[in-house]
Amino acid sequence: MTTKELAEKGKPGQERENLLEVKNLKTYYPIHGGFFKRVVGNVKAVDDISFTIKKGETMGLVGESGCGKSTTGRTILRLIKPTGGQIIFDGEDITKISGTRLRKARQDFQMVFQDPYASLNPMQMVGDIISEPIKNFERRDKKELEEFVKSLLVRVGLPETAYYKYAHEFSGGQRQRIGIARALALNPKLIIADEPVSALDVSVQSQVLNLLKDLQEEFDLTYLFIAHDLSVVKHMSDTIGVMYLGNLVEVASNKDLYSEPLHPYTQALISAIPEPDPKLRKERIVLQGDVPSPANPPTGCPFHTRCPMAQEICSQEKPPLKEVRPGHHVACVLY
Amino acid sequence: MTSKSKTPAQTPLLEVRNLQTGFKIDKQYYNAVEGVSFTIDRKQIVGIVGESGCGKSVMSLSIMHLLPKGIGKVRGGEILFEGTDIVGYNEKKMNNIRGKDISMIFQEPMTSLNPVFTIGFQIAEVLLNHQDITKSEARAKAVTLLKNVGIPRADQIVNEYPHQLSGGMRQRVMIAMAIACQPKLLIADEPTTALDVTVQAQILDLLKNIQEVNDMSIMLITHDLGVVAEICDVVLVMYAGKIVERATVEDLFEYPQHPYTQLLMEAIPKMEEEKERLATIEGLVPSVKDMPEVGCRFANRCPKAMPECMQITPQLEDTKGGHEVACLLYEESWPREERVGAR
Ligand SMILES: Nc1ncnc2c1ncn2[C@@H]1O[C@H](COP(=O)(O)OP(=O)(O)OP(=O)(O)O)[C@@H](O)[C@H]1O
Ligand SMILES: Nc1ncnc2c1ncn2[C@@H]1O[C@H](COP(=O)(O)OP(=O)(O)OP(=O)(O)O)[C@@H](O)[C@H]1O
Ligand code: SF4
Ligand code: SF4
Ligand SMILES: [Mg+2]
Ligand SMILES: [Mg+2]
Repeated sequence: MTTKELAEKGKPGQERENLLEVKNLKTYYPIHGGFFKRVVGNVKAVDDISFTIKKGETMGLVGESGCGKSTTGRTILRLIKPTGGQIIFDGEDITKISGTRLRKARQDFQMVFQDPYASLNPMQMVGDIISEPIKNFERRDKKELEEFVKSLLVRVGLPETAYYKYAHEFSGGQRQRIGIARALALNPKLIIADEPVSALDVSVQSQVLNLLKDLQEEFDLTYLFIAHDLSVVKHMSDTIGVMYLGNLVEVASNKDLYSEPLHPYTQALISAIPEPDPKLRKERIVLQGDVPSPANPPTGCPFHTRCPMAQEICSQEKPPLKEVRPGHHVACVLY
Repeated sequence: MTSKSKTPAQTPLLEVRNLQTGFKIDKQYYNAVEGVSFTIDRKQIVGIVGESGCGKSVMSLSIMHLLPKGIGKVRGGEILFEGTDIVGYNEKKMNNIRGKDISMIFQEPMTSLNPVFTIGFQIAEVLLNHQDITKSEARAKAVTLLKNVGIPRADQIVNEYPHQLSGGMRQRVMIAMAIACQPKLLIADEPTTALDVTVQAQILDLLKNIQEVNDMSIMLITHDLGVVAEICDVVLVMYAGKIVERATVEDLFEYPQHPYTQLLMEAIPKMEEEKERLATIEGLVPSVKDMPEVGCRFANRCPKAMPECMQITPQLEDTKGGHEVACLLYEESWPREERVGAR
């Protein structure tokens, strides 16, 4: 974020502090096999990634299906146990905490899911869906709680009367608003939004994206915004991380990543996006083949099996993510 | 390539006239497609866009005679394929057309691939249905087709089952099956929606390639305006069972005229532009059961709606050089300033 943009946010010149620091995070899923269901291997869903998110900013995570975006989000929320690395949230190392301390920390981060149909109980009253997390954490007067939940509903663009209805009575976009209201209920600091608009029509998608931006401003929220659609991620994020096979291959500001993508995978990803403008029909970099299996990832650079620039050394050594320009990190031997 | 170069003597490949398709709900029919007319010329790629539920799939299922039996029915209009109306065709006659003259591919390839048969068997079956060839010839041709759609190790993959393939490979297999008999028209209903962008790019390239080599026409259904801009010649924008705008791809993106089209375009974030807020369209597509009888179907969501929009049903009319719009703002009788105001 530039100083100008910071000034506009009312904090002139002041560097924002980190809300989340992820250091060398690894999450492996064991593969069980054989007669005794022993662990015979690992799906390296997240394989040593590091990044930070500043307070009040949005970090976007993009990458193709199966590259580990959701696993990253769920590990940060401590819904999955990390295999290695550190998660530092608001100055506190939460990698290994448990019990009451974990419960308490969880108030501060919430998740909004992709599928508004699957993530809400259709037979539960909307009012209960939203008040449930509050009841789990604090005692509040019943009447006061109801008023508060109704105000949340209004804030996300639903009528107060939605309180008494059931989730199945709402459209996809409306359900996503309910999901957002539920995430806001505990006044969190960080919201991890995992493909929050992928299931929605463009007209509804834009409503939800606008809402998320408004809420960020109003409540000084920090977002980790996960999506496979790079134009959506670009619209929402200050910083963008590109994932490939469990690795972060490039991290840069929104502007740098689009105007000057450095990693060959990012270049291919950007070039593959069909632009809604027939005058921009372009020669695309069409990648050959499919993403390899994370259970059996290639040696060396994870992208070398499909990389148009691959060299001999690429299959031998895994290039680390390094800062090659101010704020622009890339993991590739070319830099 | 577009309708401009068409001589009047030439019959278009497909001409749909005033198509009405309804669904039986509580013993009564409601139209999900209401008076749709359009043509697809030879070698043309026609894109069909619109929000979920606006009737894109129902339209293509009507052409293919694949509507759910006893529930969905073509209730009026004509579907002329090379000049012959196929609406009244029985199952036997349709079987001769499906797969041979017109093929269809769907969003989710697993719904159309049979999990218990090998890939090779399924492609060979399509060939044997329509061509006078032996089993071993069909099998050899299946391998060639798989190679043509860019499947690596085609001679091994023919013996594999659908679940052994990735999503992109399955979609390629679907395409191989669909083009096996070199159809004149391919109807592709959201063929890349379930795929990653890099795989989508591969599939779009493949479709375009086959279209050129086989001189095929494509009716491409998608909700992704980027995909439309990328490969279509002509675009139909649908809303609530009707076509609201029809134009060449260049005209549509340069001068979108219908308020619905304009909003759709402004609602999507674009890579090359910075913008704080996106346009939204409040409200929902009306369900088939509560479509307004008269007036513009977009009126309750249209930011430019006027009182008469509730009373007069706009017709699809040529505004200039083949760019057709169904909106009262463009009625000839309407004051000019208003039209300018609508871009
Ligand atoms: N519970 C699990 N057990 C075993 N493997 C898993 C599990 N969840 C995910 N995986 C695997 O881990 C890898 C990363 O999955 P993840 O869901 O994080 O990807 P993603 O980037 O979110 O993909 P998508 O875009 O499809 O949501 C994939 O190969 C996936 O198959
Ligand atoms: N079997 C059915 N019975 C009743 N109504 C149906 C049936 N199939 C479709 N419809 C209705 O017809 C309308 C058009 O549906 P259609 O599937 O053509 O939409 P679409 O434009 O293809 O949407 P999407 O982008 O979600 O695929 C919708 O209102 C839908 O509810
Ligand atoms: S390290 Fe080698 S294979 Fe990997 S992205 Fe760079 S050039 Fe390509
Ligand atoms: S006819 Fe009226 S309501 Fe319909 S799109 Fe045009 S201006 Fe809007
Ligand atoms: Mg995911
Ligand atoms: Mg459909």
